[in-house]
Amino acid sequence: MPEPMGFFTDTTVCIGCKACEVACKEWNQLPSTDGGANTLSGHSYDNTRQLDGIHWRHVKFVEQFAADREGGRWLMMSDVCKHCVQAGCLEVCPTGAIIRTEFDTVVIQSNVCNGCRDCIAACPFGVIGTNPVSGTAQKCTLCYDRMQVGLTPACAKACPTESIKFGPIASLRRTARARVERLQGQGRTRAYLYGDDETILGGLNSFYLLEDRPEVYGLPAAPKLPSRNLVPGSLWSGLGALLVGLVGLVSFRQRRMEENGATGGEGRRNV
Amino acid sequence: MSDTFFTAPPHWQWLVILYFFFGGLAGGSYLIAVLADFFGDASDRGLARLGYYVALPAVGIGGLLLIGDLTRPERFWHMLVMSERGWPILKYWSPMSVGSWGLLAFGGLAFLSFLGALAESGRAPAALSVLRHGPLARLIAGLGGLGAFFLAGYTGVLLAVTNRPVWSDTPLLGFLFLVSANSIAAAALILLGRWQGVGSSSMARLARMDRWLIVLELLALIAFVLSLGPVARVWVLLLGVVLAGLVAPLALHWRPDLLGSLTAPAAAVLVVVGGFMLRVVIVLAAEAV
Repeated sequence: MPEPMGFFTDTTVCIGCKACEVACKEWNQLPSTDGGANTLSGHSYDNTRQLDGIHWRHVKFVEQFAADREGGRWLMMSDVCKHCVQAGCLEVCPTGAIIRTEFDTVVIQSNVCNGCRDCIAACPFGVIGTNPVSGTAQKCTLCYDRMQVGLTPACAKACPTESIKFGPIASLRRTARARVERLQGQGRTRAYLYGDDETILGGLNSFYLLEDRPEVYGLPAAPKLPSRNLVPGSLWSGLGALLVGLVGLVSFRQRRMEENGATGGEGRRNV
Repeated sequence: MSDTFFTAPPHWQWLVILYFFFGGLAGGSYLIAVLADFFGDASDRGLARLGYYVALPAVGIGGLLLIGDLTRPERFWHMLVMSERGWPILKYWSPMSVGSWGLLAFGGLAFLSFLGALAESGRAPAALSVLRHGPLARLIAGLGGLGAFFLAGYTGVLLAVTNRPVWSDTPLLGFLFLVSANSIAAAALILLGRWQGVGSSSMARLARMDRWLIVLELLALIAFVLSLGPVARVWVLLLGVVLAGLVAPLALHWRPDLLGSLTAPAAAVLVVVGGFMLRVVIVLAAEAV
């Protein structure tokens, strides 16, 4: 059994070149948006906008500028499926299309998925979308096909600054913690790791080095599993069933009792 | 900021909303039929038959709507059978998986009860009346009644078992949908019963049941909004449902001569439309965030 593999994305060295996006699209043969029509987002230099069925890598541009353009900063982050150890998408998928691989990654089998889209609603990070070509839900596979023959995923291979690092999770975590320590030592005290331990969904097999709150990067602070609502939701529904049953019982019983009363307790007629 | 705001919409829209409506109608109608059979008397048998007549087409339409909503409809059977191995698949912790099996099982039982109702009214071979009278019929109705409860409520649990705003912010959606489904069904049977000639005493009991269900639904809706916490502002969208679908029909129940002979049907129409609008608002509210 191979050891768990994944990505460590160091956002402090990302330059926003989007080479990872291009490499991902090329290797995985993902179609262009709207048949290649050149549409701009209009509010950002980022025109990819989001992760979805045809964008499995997305370099986010967090553009923070004062109204008078005096001060400001760019934060750049190459976002991708987190390959959660406790994966919400895998949990709800009714067809078994979503599987955990021998590398501890999460993969959607496109030949099994029937497009119910439950996984899209379940993902805490909004990673999954429908690929209009296949008509199925799709997302990053962590280049499962490349990994099976010992190759590095296309995005990590293409990244010119090594912002995207690929490798065994255990060694990535060591690298990441050393990097945070070095940054802290240089006075960049806001540097921290997101998803490098079990506190977030049992651990993210794609984790990040960030320099601001998770929300600033469009990440939830405390993502949860969809199944948290299963037992409470079912119990409340059970209570609802009980109440509705009681209302029905009383509505129809009362009639029987009234009739019994009306016929002098001789019992019902039309039995 | 709520953690649910970082998620993506599944684009469950009109087909899913219609399924929630027809699934609720099917479950509720069947359940009222079973209640009439088990707790009513012989004069309620016409009402019970009507409930079975409504349940089967409603669940059939619901199933077709769901298949139509898949982006690969020809693979609908993947919900039940692992396409690569040929084994059945059931994930008890996934409401959609359990729901697929529940829909299938309920559909089968609703079909048997439908045949029994046809036989009782002489429109199907008399041999089929074992599905309407006797121990087999009771077994079918008992199991079908449980299936009806499930069908009426699981859709709310399904929405809750996601990470979307509004849906996953409360455990009360299943409760709300279950009550509302039965209220819709009672109102629909009141409307169809007038046309189908169901006895006036059955109709009166049905109206009484719906009255209580509307009150229960109003309470469920208030509890639902209160449980939403940071996204409780969704109450604005529900205001129309509350006024037109709950308060107005309650007022009509309270003053039965307000609109003359049209009072009861008007109240029933409002309840049915209100139940539909409830599902529209809940499903699309998450899409809009």
